[in-house]
Amino acid sequence: MSSVSSNLAANVAVHLSGVDKSFRNGDQVTSVLKQVQFTANVGEMVLVVGPSGCGKTTLLSVLCGTLKTDGGEVVSLGHELHRLPPAQVTQFRARHVGFIFQQFNLLPTLTVAENVAVPLRIQGLPLREALPRARQLLERVGIPEKANELPSRLSGGQQQRVAIARALVHEPALIVCDEPTSALDSATGHQVMELLHEVTRDRRRTVIVVTHDPRIYRYADRLAEMEDGRILRVETPADSVRIPPTSFSL
Amino acid sequence: MTDIALKMVFGERAKYAMLVSGICFSTILMTQGLALFFGILGFSYATATNVRAPIWVVDPLVQQVGDNQPLRDTDVNRVRSVEGVAWAAPLYVGGAQARLLGGGATQPVTLVGLDADTLAGAPTKLVAGDVQDLRRPQSVVVAEQFVEMMQRLRGERLRVGDVFEMNDRRAQIVGIAKTAQGQGGASYVFTTWDRAREYAPSQRRMLTHVLAAPEPGRSDREIAQVISERTGLRAITEEEFKRMSSHWMLVNSPIPYVVGLIVGIGFVIGLGVSGQTFYTFILENTRHLGALKAMGTSNLTLIRMVMTQAGVVGVVGFGIGVGVMSAFFSMLPEGRAPLRLLWPIPVIVFGAILFICSVAAVVSSWRVVRIEPAIVFRS
Repeated sequence: MSSVSSNLAANVAVHLSGVDKSFRNGDQVTSVLKQVQFTANVGEMVLVVGPSGCGKTTLLSVLCGTLKTDGGEVVSLGHELHRLPPAQVTQFRARHVGFIFQQFNLLPTLTVAENVAVPLRIQGLPLREALPRARQLLERVGIPEKANELPSRLSGGQQQRVAIARALVHEPALIVCDEPTSALDSATGHQVMELLHEVTRDRRRTVIVVTHDPRIYRYADRLAEMEDGRILRVETPADSVRIPPTSFSL
Repeated sequence: MTDIALKMVFGERAKYAMLVSGICFSTILMTQGLALFFGILGFSYATATNVRAPIWVVDPLVQQVGDNQPLRDTDVNRVRSVEGVAWAAPLYVGGAQARLLGGGATQPVTLVGLDADTLAGAPTKLVAGDVQDLRRPQSVVVAEQFVEMMQRLRGERLRVGDVFEMNDRRAQIVGIAKTAQGQGGASYVFTTWDRAREYAPSQRRMLTHVLAAPEPGRSDREIAQVISERTGLRAITEEEFKRMSSHWMLVNSPIPYVVGLIVGIGFVIGLGVSGQTFYTFILENTRHLGALKAMGTSNLTLIRMVMTQAGVVGVVGFGIGVGVMSAFFSMLPEGRAPLRLLWPIPVIVFGAILFICSVAAVVSSWRVVRIEPAIVFRS
């Protein structure tokens, strides 16, 4: 562990410091993250909110290692992602990160159980060992009877439950969710968030959720509000006092 | 991850069917083109296939099996006198016109005159009659193709005992043989050397070939070389004669171009249609591959998955294509169509299909490697 990660408190799961990220389109350079500071603690659910194009998804991509930064430090679960070579970042994602996507991204030609087993298969577990664990997770998310169905036969809410099971099956310490309720109706959205809250809380997992949906703010331990590539403030849902990002502490 | 790769391909049935169809069609075209090529080559040396002899002695100017340059009658004895020659027999090969009794159109045939004493070079696969009956007056053994050709004129099938005319002389069928079809579709009629002189158009010298065999313990090639040295004639083994003929066809006929075009079209279709369809398949699966990549699948694993998908599509398409062509060829009348599915053909075509699939896989892999895992977060 290097100096940056060793200086962090033990309960810090994700720490971003001075992170910059810009995208080039021809001659035009768009700065998406500007000197971002962000911290999420172990066992915490942090919702990243803000208007479209403010950099929420880029922030999520950077902290889970699917996108390299232009500058700054990214420490996730003690791994300095900004220093690691790409192959090790890939391994980090495989072992430590669970993903829940807006469009579920289930493989349409695999059964539900096979989809849930994918992260285990990526780690090299044979199908015969991965499938029983996938079925256990399906039981936990309340759809064990759908194990042999194709995803196309499931409702949106059920598909997101499958995605949650897939994100949890390899026991990751960090779960990243991109707009997990945007493709769902209000009631289903709440069910999914309650499930996510329940299944992540008991193992002290860190959950980072990017969302536009104010109806799910109440599930957060903290809300990080972004605008124009910066985190403006971090607050608890019930907190009426807004904390400026410069004084944001863990 | 191999099973996931395969399920991704097999699960999308329409795309899978299209991929396999492209490879299958490409295989069929290339197989058919090459089979046609070998078939036509086979036609070009049909005489050497139908008249079996270890050594063929011909005029030094002869360049291919169909080139019947006359020899002197004394050349048979000159060959016989060469040390190491077990036997030598005269052979006449030339064109003649056959006609049914009572007139009608004439049909071109390749007339083969065999040595009456030994019947050396006589057909071995008879479907009716007996080749020994060639020693009877006016007797001939005809090829099955000749029977079918005459049936189309007469309306009923010729049998052993039936009579037709060649050069206004009667020829009675004493046997029907299975033979390879000759160039230009002419079918074979076998008779004795002396009788061939009556059936063939009159010419000064009738001897076109001398057939020979080495004594036991001596090789065909060795004795052929000795005959060439002693007589000044060209003596070659049966295989050399066929090879020489094939080479002549390759150099002097337009067949390589025609066949090359067919095989080339098959290859281009395979590369264009299947390659592009496979690339499109990868493009359409970019999101799913991106999700796998985000979840920690390495580039190497994804490349292996793409290679597996391309390989399986190639093998299945090739298998169906070759199967279809084998079934088709087995339905064709033996020796009639210029199509020969020799073992090198599937090997060559499989190599071409592998190349097509490899190109498709490499191009697609390049695309997969360049997928940003963060793509999965874009709606």
